[in-house]
Amino acid sequence: MDTRVDYYPTHEHQGFKFRRGRTLPFGATVVPTGVNFSVFSSAATSCTLVIFRKHEQKPIVEIDFPREFRTGDVYSMIVFDLDYEDLEYGYRFGGPWDPRSGQRFDRSKIVSDPYARVVGGRDQWCAQPDWDDVYQHRARLAFDDFDWEEDRPLETAITDLVIYELHVRGFTAHPSFGVRAAGTFAGILAKIPFLKELGVNCVELLPIFEFDEWENSRRHPQTGELLLNYWGYSTVAFFAPKAGYAATGRLGMQVDELKNLIKELHKAGIEVILDVVFNHTAEGDHRGPTISFRGIDNRSYYILTPDGYYYNFSGCGNTLNCNHPVVRNLVLDCLRYWAADYHVDGFRFDLASILGRDQNGAPLANPPLLESLALDPVLSKCKLIAEAWDAGGLYQVGSFPAYNRWAEWNGKYRDSVRKFIKGDMGVVPEIAGRIQGSPDLYYYRGPSASVNFINCHDGFTLHDLFSYNGKHNEANGENNNDGSNDNYSWNCGVEGETSDEGVNRLRLQLKKNAFCILMLSRGVPMFLMGDEMGRTQRGNNNTYCQDNELSWMDWTLAQRNGELLRFVRMMIRFRRANPVLRSNWFYQGRDYVGSGKPDISFHGTRAWAPDFSPGSRCLAFLLCRKHTQDQQADIYVAMNMHWQALPFQIPKPGERESWKIVVNTSMRAPEDIYETSEAPSLNEQEQVILGPRSMMVLIADACTRSTPGTR
Amino acid sequence: MKVALSQESGISVISIEGSIDGKTAPLVKEEINPALQAAKSVILDLSKVDYLSSAGLRLLLLIYREFAAKQGKLVLLGVSEDIQTVMSHTGFLNFFTLAGTRAEAIQALA
Repeated sequence: MDTRVDYYPTHEHQGFKFRRGRTLPFGATVVPTGVNFSVFSSAATSCTLVIFRKHEQKPIVEIDFPREFRTGDVYSMIVFDLDYEDLEYGYRFGGPWDPRSGQRFDRSKIVSDPYARVVGGRDQWCAQPDWDDVYQHRARLAFDDFDWEEDRPLETAITDLVIYELHVRGFTAHPSFGVRAAGTFAGILAKIPFLKELGVNCVELLPIFEFDEWENSRRHPQTGELLLNYWGYSTVAFFAPKAGYAATGRLGMQVDELKNLIKELHKAGIEVILDVVFNHTAEGDHRGPTISFRGIDNRSYYILTPDGYYYNFSGCGNTLNCNHPVVRNLVLDCLRYWAADYHVDGFRFDLASILGRDQNGAPLANPPLLESLALDPVLSKCKLIAEAWDAGGLYQVGSFPAYNRWAEWNGKYRDSVRKFIKGDMGVVPEIAGRIQGSPDLYYYRGPSASVNFINCHDGFTLHDLFSYNGKHNEANGENNNDGSNDNYSWNCGVEGETSDEGVNRLRLQLKKNAFCILMLSRGVPMFLMGDEMGRTQRGNNNTYCQDNELSWMDWTLAQRNGELLRFVRMMIRFRRANPVLRSNWFYQGRDYVGSGKPDISFHGTRAWAPDFSPGSRCLAFLLCRKHTQDQQADIYVAMNMHWQALPFQIPKPGERESWKIVVNTSMRAPEDIYETSEAPSLNEQEQVILGPRSMMVLIADACTRSTPGTR
Repeated sequence: MKVALSQESGISVISIEGSIDGKTAPLVKEEINPALQAAKSVILDLSKVDYLSSAGLRLLLLIYREFAAKQGKLVLLGVSEDIQTVMSHTGFLNFFTLAGTRAEAIQALA
């Protein structure tokens, strides 16, 4: 027996019963009698709900919103008795077509709901779309009753994370993956044991919001290779997971598949951070398709020039008007939805500086969106990580409006460490700061503000960083004009792959140096999928359009580059076993506990005498265990980036202690790295010779005194 | 969609034939509800189910939850490989005991 007055329809059209809906929440929501549709447009003169059966070309009904169904700028309606599993919906908006004033209404187009939680139309990756379909990206409803059992976001302290950046498709698309569900969320499931053994406790997924892999697709002019929008930095629908990334996308079950992946990752202690793209949408500039926002309320959703064109601070055609209150709420609603409904642990914001621009594009001193995100009640435990620059020239590394909450991709860390490892002069003082968590940038925020990385999806892989002097992006079909030119890379003497054993040894050693510095630096380490096993992109530093072996993870590398993989695993373990490396306080460079040593002290080839001069390529540092709770051992790190071997005088260990070698990157496995419990003592305790371009890590603790001279 | 009820060694066997989706799931539920209510142990024979949509999988999970609440036991019999794959990708498989034959199903309930 129905118990509420509003359980009864008031209107009927072609057999479909409906009544006035609820204005909030926006989107399509299942209610006891049917589905509540609610959508905003500030300038439309009319709105029509268009309902399809799944995959059908012709709508089953179009229902105009009666005047009394509009409250303010919001159209809402409940339609009764819909089979919502078999339903697709969209809208037609009437209003002026007047591009000069920024209005681009077109009733002939069916537009998608900005709040759509599932979007059909690209159900399977790279399946040929039906280009004649009047409605390409079709809003659908989602079941939101996933059984999470006791799962929740893990809330790991950010400085305890080791972040692994991965592309959902690229991670398992390679033929060497050899399991069902290649290239999908379910494919990642099969690799959870690998991630666990590697020791990473967070995966950062390149964009997984629905995008169109066919956007700007083309054939390479010479090779004929199909080039796609592979990375997906171009959102079609902010609330919908990419259907083509789900093995069950053809059945419309991508929501369950992604939630199951997150639940299983959490069981393995691995957090999930999403790379989110709120700076622009897939609609491009005035030549782009009308998918949703442009046809609903162009002036509200985009930053426009005075004569109605699109500002292009994103480098991708348009700029989302993030500090318009309605758009700001959309971003907030969206992130809350992913945090609450998908148990996502954090977000990395692509070109986040755009989120701090006002409605005319000018940078704001106190951007309301960034403040709202920082202080939001639902997001309060989520990691918020900014890519603190945009394509419009705003560069805010170190000055991003952080509200004590935001972390940043530390681009300066990347550049300093690259220069140091390749042997550039003049970077030793910078390196001293970078390994401390970049206090020069984040003094008031702590090392947790610094996401340290040397490589990410954007740029060279680690292997290519030491195999190529210049980028080789010819495969992208843009005459090698795309991609960054500032790579700070060095090919070790031969451009590209070589069979020269000496060159390959050196490259391996430099890769070990990179992982060693990364894992010893305060802040939050992040690296790119495959770098732990020497994945190459053949010198391509911008594989955004390469859905092929250039981008995919070749799993046979685990065998072929087992030495590097072992080194990385053990280096991650070393970081996780030593809290001094993960503290969220900056070193003070002085002794404030009476241990007789500063918390961090710098050294050079002579102990207590670091060489910060412009010609220096060496630095050593000593970390005192007594300044960090639960830290068992003092750690001494020597870095020799000179091309010749150099002797390093070692500071004296504590009384009745001796130095043991944990890492020596100039050695081959298994002598390149030891488990702490099996580390051999140093024969000569006062001085070590560091090989050319190599690093050494020593430890001294109270337990070491009884085993000098072993091994 | 068809439903058949039977008994085997004192255990209720509910056999479903056809597709279970948003349209048929409520009908299936209505039809098998009395048998589910009465039984402590049930074999759900899905060997003639060719398609389970999201709504179909949710029906199974609802039944599982009802049985878990009354400490009953539920076994799915003859789930096709395709459906098992989908259930595995979406996590539904984790909740269920599966059996390939009636004998296995009875043993799983013992």
